[in-house]
Amino acid sequence: MNWRAIWTIYRSEMARTFRTLVQSLVAPIISTSLYFVVFGTAIGSRIETVEGIDYGAFIVPGLIMLTVLMQSISNASFGIYFPKFIGTIYEVLSAPVSFLEVVIGYVGAAATKSLMIGLVIYVTANLFVTLPVKHPFAALGFLVLTCVSFALFGFIIGIWAKNFEQLQLVPLLVINPLVFLGGAFYSISMLPPVWQTITLFNPVVYLISGFRWSFFGTADVGVGLSLAAIGVFTGACLLAIWWIFRTGWRIRS
Amino acid sequence: MAAIVSVENLRKVYDSGFEALKGVDLEIREGEILALLGPNGAGKTTLISTICGITRPTSGRVTVAGHDVVTDYRASRRLIGLVPQEITLEPFTKVMVAARFTRGLFGKAPDDAYIERLLRQLSLWDKREAMTKELSGGMKRRVLIAKALAHQPRILFLDEPTAGVDVDLRKSMWEVVEALRADGVTIILTTHYIEEAEAIADRIAVINGGRILLVEEKDRLMRRMGRKELTIELQCPIDAIPETLAAFELVRGEDGQTLTYSYDRAAERTGIVTLLSALSEAGLVLRDLQTRQNSLEDIFVGLVREEA
Ligand SMILES: Nc1ncnc2c1ncn2[C@@H]1O[C@H](COP(=O)(O)OP(=O)(O)O)[C@@H](O)[C@H]1O
Ligand SMILES: [Mg+2]
Repeated sequence: MNWRAIWTIYRSEMARTFRTLVQSLVAPIISTSLYFVVFGTAIGSRIETVEGIDYGAFIVPGLIMLTVLMQSISNASFGIYFPKFIGTIYEVLSAPVSFLEVVIGYVGAAATKSLMIGLVIYVTANLFVTLPVKHPFAALGFLVLTCVSFALFGFIIGIWAKNFEQLQLVPLLVINPLVFLGGAFYSISMLPPVWQTITLFNPVVYLISGFRWSFFGTADVGVGLSLAAIGVFTGACLLAIWWIFRTGWRIRS
Repeated sequence: MAAIVSVENLRKVYDSGFEALKGVDLEIREGEILALLGPNGAGKTTLISTICGITRPTSGRVTVAGHDVVTDYRASRRLIGLVPQEITLEPFTKVMVAARFTRGLFGKAPDDAYIERLLRQLSLWDKREAMTKELSGGMKRRVLIAKALAHQPRILFLDEPTAGVDVDLRKSMWEVVEALRADGVTIILTTHYIEEAEAIADRIAVINGGRILLVEEKDRLMRRMGRKELTIELQCPIDAIPETLAAFELVRGEDGQTLTYSYDRAAERTGIVTLLSALSEAGLVLRDLQTRQNSLEDIFVGLVREEA
């Protein structure tokens, strides 16, 4: 392993993050606050509790997941698309690094950034509601796993994309609906039976459910199932990346 | 001298189906400066990219110091520095940071003293804290060179390094190249400024249409193919070349005032003396004489035309 190269890529990507730190953090903080105003206060005043949990607190895990997921994808996809777009990728391609090292560097940086944003949202949420975390290690575990697996997914999109439109297409058309139908703002049990079944095909449901469990100890689906779902998704992304590495698809002609 | 880069029967077919390299054989010797000469689209960049690992060979084999560039890429790439044809730099990165980045990417321990020497040598030290987007084109090119040298490679590829570069910078760039050569670095440069290849290279390879047409010591190439021209200016214009001079295959200038005789400089007898006496026998009075040596450019144009 060329650890030095991994560290170099990671640090250079993190430097880019810190250059734009204020934008990176302000946007999620503002949108989280808005969600609290709209859902927590306006709607929450009518709902009050879901499964015995204060509605304002109930939406927090979903809110964090939602932002972290989108951030991981956009950070990682942009992180690798940018050097492809401006041509500086030549340097990475001609360096004595394996594709795995490149992936660890870029994906690690993207995941770190979204993890930071996730934590900032958590802190912001604490200003609005009291938020006990029942299983803090599980919560952190779910958060880190989500950051990493969706950063991997974003990395694949960044390699695949041939232009900026494509770069935004997948998050917009696929991820957005999955996230909003993923039970961030409601419990699956609140849906009619047919929709409950359909929802079970949405991988994001498992993420949010598992994450919410680590906060409140209650979940829509079993925690084991949640973990398995993330595991399968991560595995699929790793497989895709391994194949990209083998074939040089869209990076090495 | 031993070969440090060896290319054997290298073919490259792009995804589009275009065959950019059609069986290239080339040995690059340790410590030499090799100029890779060829018109646009000849396959120079493709060849360099394949040696450096940016494109994959379709078939054939490339080794760098004995390391296969596909199966043993870590060892081969560590030895190579590449200055790409296009200026590609992260716009918001500072010069010093950019150089450190490359060094790290190549797995070398940080050495700011070395980077400082490098930047000074390339007259970039004053700009070390500047972002690359603030630099002029020539300085950006130098940043690319600094990056390519940041990990102290033994082989340096310069892909058209002087395209769009002013005379001063070009001169200082050649000074750097000379210094590197003195350190034993092998240098491969592509250019279509032929005077440059003529001035700086030890050997010249000519490539066109994905094939290497020739590889030869520059001096031998010049001797072998260097024809000279003798231009004779006449006192009075003539309408036609006299019959008696037919054997010399002279070319009459448009105004009828000049005659051009071309001969092989390396030949035993150049024929100049006989030509001159034949001229005076024909009653032609000379005003002036000029000789001109064929440049590499003429040789190159000739070769490429032959190929076409
Ligand atoms: N990625 C690519 N896909 C298809 N054709 C390419 C690609 N890159 C280069 N070519 C073609 O291969 C030929 C050689 O290109 P190149 O190696 O860049 O030549 P040079 O550097 O000598 O100008 C050109 O005809 C070019 O159009
Ligand atoms: Mg080229």
